[in-house]
Amino acid sequence: MEPRAPDEPLVSVSDLTVRFSRTGQTIQAVNGVSFDLAPGEVLGVLGESGSGKSVTLRAMLRILPAHRSSVTGTIRVAGRDVLALSGAELEDYRGGTVSMIFQEPMLSFDPVFTIGQQIAESVRRHMKVDQQAARARALEMLDRVQIPSAKRRLDAYPHEMSGGMRQRAMIALALACKPKLLLADEPTTALDATVQIQILLLLRELQREFGMSVIFVTHDVGVAIEVADRIAVMYAGRIVETGSVREVIRTPRHPYTQGLLSSTVRGELRGQRIEAIPGSPPDLAAMPPGCAFAPRCKHARDECLRAVPGAVDVGGGHEARCVLLKLAA
Amino acid sequence: MSAAAVDVREAASAAPAAQFAPTQGYWRSVFSRLMRDKVTVICALVILALILMAVFAPWIAPEDPLKGSVMKRLRPIGSEGYPLGSDELGRDMLSRLIFGARLSLVMGIVPVLCALGIGGLLGITAGFHGGRVNTAIMRTVDVFYAFPSVLLAVAISGALGAGITNAILSLTIVFIPPIARVAESVTTQVRALDYVEAARASGAGNFTIIRVHILGNVMGPVFVYATSLLSVCMILAAGLSFLGLGTKPPLPEWGLMLNTLRTAIFQNPWVAALPGLMIFLVSFCFNLLSDGVRSAMDVTR
Repeated sequence: MEPRAPDEPLVSVSDLTVRFSRTGQTIQAVNGVSFDLAPGEVLGVLGESGSGKSVTLRAMLRILPAHRSSVTGTIRVAGRDVLALSGAELEDYRGGTVSMIFQEPMLSFDPVFTIGQQIAESVRRHMKVDQQAARARALEMLDRVQIPSAKRRLDAYPHEMSGGMRQRAMIALALACKPKLLLADEPTTALDATVQIQILLLLRELQREFGMSVIFVTHDVGVAIEVADRIAVMYAGRIVETGSVREVIRTPRHPYTQGLLSSTVRGELRGQRIEAIPGSPPDLAAMPPGCAFAPRCKHARDECLRAVPGAVDVGGGHEARCVLLKLAA
Repeated sequence: MSAAAVDVREAASAAPAAQFAPTQGYWRSVFSRLMRDKVTVICALVILALILMAVFAPWIAPEDPLKGSVMKRLRPIGSEGYPLGSDELGRDMLSRLIFGARLSLVMGIVPVLCALGIGGLLGITAGFHGGRVNTAIMRTVDVFYAFPSVLLAVAISGALGAGITNAILSLTIVFIPPIARVAESVTTQVRALDYVEAARASGAGNFTIIRVHILGNVMGPVFVYATSLLSVCMILAAGLSFLGLGTKPPLPEWGLMLNTLRTAIFQNPWVAALPGLMIFLVSFCFNLLSDGVRSAMDVTR
C-alpha cells in the first residue's frame, strides 16, 4: 500500500458518474457525486428509492455488472485508485480493505454452506491463514456480534437462523478481515423494529471499536440520525445537501431535504396531515438539464431549469445545491 | 363396585431434548437424509443389484446367451432348463436378460453422463457470462430443440450408421440441449442472487465463485434432472435398437430383444414381455431415485 499523509481522507470520491445502458436508452443513475470521508467517520447517505445510493456503494466496490454499466470519475480508498484496480488487487480490495453488508440477510448467504464455512472462506482468502485459524476467527467474530452460543451457530445453515441473527452473522463476515471501510446498504430495512435498533447499536459499537469508516445508506431519517456523524442527502443521482447530522437535521437548506424531513412521521397529532412532497422523482433516462428537483419544488424559478446549481457552502462544511442559497448569499 | 377404572395413559417416552445437531458437510447430510427414505434406498439397491448383475454376468448366467437351439424355441416361463423360457431362436431368456443388462445400462447411463459434462459446462458458461456468450450458446442449443428428441436420435444414428458407439453419440447429442438449458436457467438465477454479489464483495474471484457458489447451488438441480433423464435415455436406446439403429443381433440388449420377440407375442406373450419389464423396472427405479435425491438435496427442509 502506498503511504499516505495523516490528514488525507480515507475515502475520496470525486465526480463519480454511473450510467447503465439498456436497449436503446441510458440510465443516468449517479451524476457527479463527490465526497470525502475521514478515518473513523460515519457517513449516512439518505435518499429515496432510485436516488443512486446503492449504486454509489456498488460502484465503490466495483461490483456493478461490467458490460452494462460505465463508471467514470475517481474513487480513492486508502490511497488506492479503485477504478484502476484489477485482478488479484481488486479481489484483495474487496473484502480486505472495504467490505459490504446487504439489505436482505436472507439472501446474502449461500444456502448450501454453513455460516462458519462462509466466514472462514473470506478469512482464508484475505488473512492467508489455514482452515483451523480461519474457523477460530469466524467463531471469535460470531461472539463479537453477540450471537448467542456462537460455537453451535458456526455450524448452522443460513436458513436455520432468524433474520436478525443472519444480519449479525453478515456483519461478522464483513468485519472478519478488519476492513478500513464498511459499506452498509440499508442493513436494517428488512428487519423488524426491535431488531433494527439492536443491529444499529451493534454497528455503532463495532465501528468505534474497530475505528473504521462507515458509509451507511438508508431511506430512514431516524436511522441516519442514529448512526451517522455526517449526512449526505441524495436525489436523482446527486448529493443535494451534505453536512453534520446536527446541521442538516436542524437547519435543512435544500427544499428536498426540508420536504424529506417534514414528511417523516414523528410524534404528530392524530388526524394532522403529514406534509408530503408532491410528484415523483425524474426519469433517470431523461434527466432535466437543470435542478432535478425543480419540477417538484415549490420555490422553483427560471434559473433552476437552466443548469444544475453548484454547491453552496453555508458554513461549517454544510453544503447544499440550490439556487436560493446563491441568491441569499 | 370397586372396579376402579385404571386410566392407563401411554406415557409417550419423552423425545430427547431437541438437540442442535452438529451439522456435517452438505453431502454427508444429504446422504443421511437419503438413507432415511426407504423407497429411495430400495430403488438404489435394485439398481445396484442390476449393475452387479451386469458386471458379473458371465458368472451368474446359467447359459451362453448366444447359444440357440432350433428344437427348443419359445419355451414358456418355468420350463425345464429355461427358468424364464427361451426366445425365438431357442436361446435362454434368463441368460440373455442378464447379459442384456450390460449393454442396456451402458446405453442408458453413458450418454447421460457425457451430456451432463458437456451440457452442464455449456449451460453454466452461458448462464454465468450472460450477454453475447449466452446468446451464442443458447441459440445453438435451441436449434436442437426444434426436433423431437426421438426423431433427432433416429436421424443422427441413421446418418452415422448403426452401432453402439454411434447410438451413444447420438443419444449424447440429444441430451445436451435439455441439460444445458436447465444448467443455464439455474445458473442465471443463482448468479443474480445476493450471496453471489456478497461473495464478490468479500473478494472472491470468478473462479472461486463458479467453483464454490455456482457449482454448489447448480449441480444439485442439474444432477437431479439428469437422473430423471436416465430412464428416458434407456427407453430411447431401446427404441434405437428396436429400429435396428443401436445394437445389432445377435447381441443381447433389452430393446433389441423386445424387437425380435415381437413376432412371438401371440405364441408366448409372457416371454415376449420380459425385456420390456426389465426396461420398465430400471426406468421406474431411476425415476424414484431422482425424486428421492431431489428432496434429500433440499437442505432447507
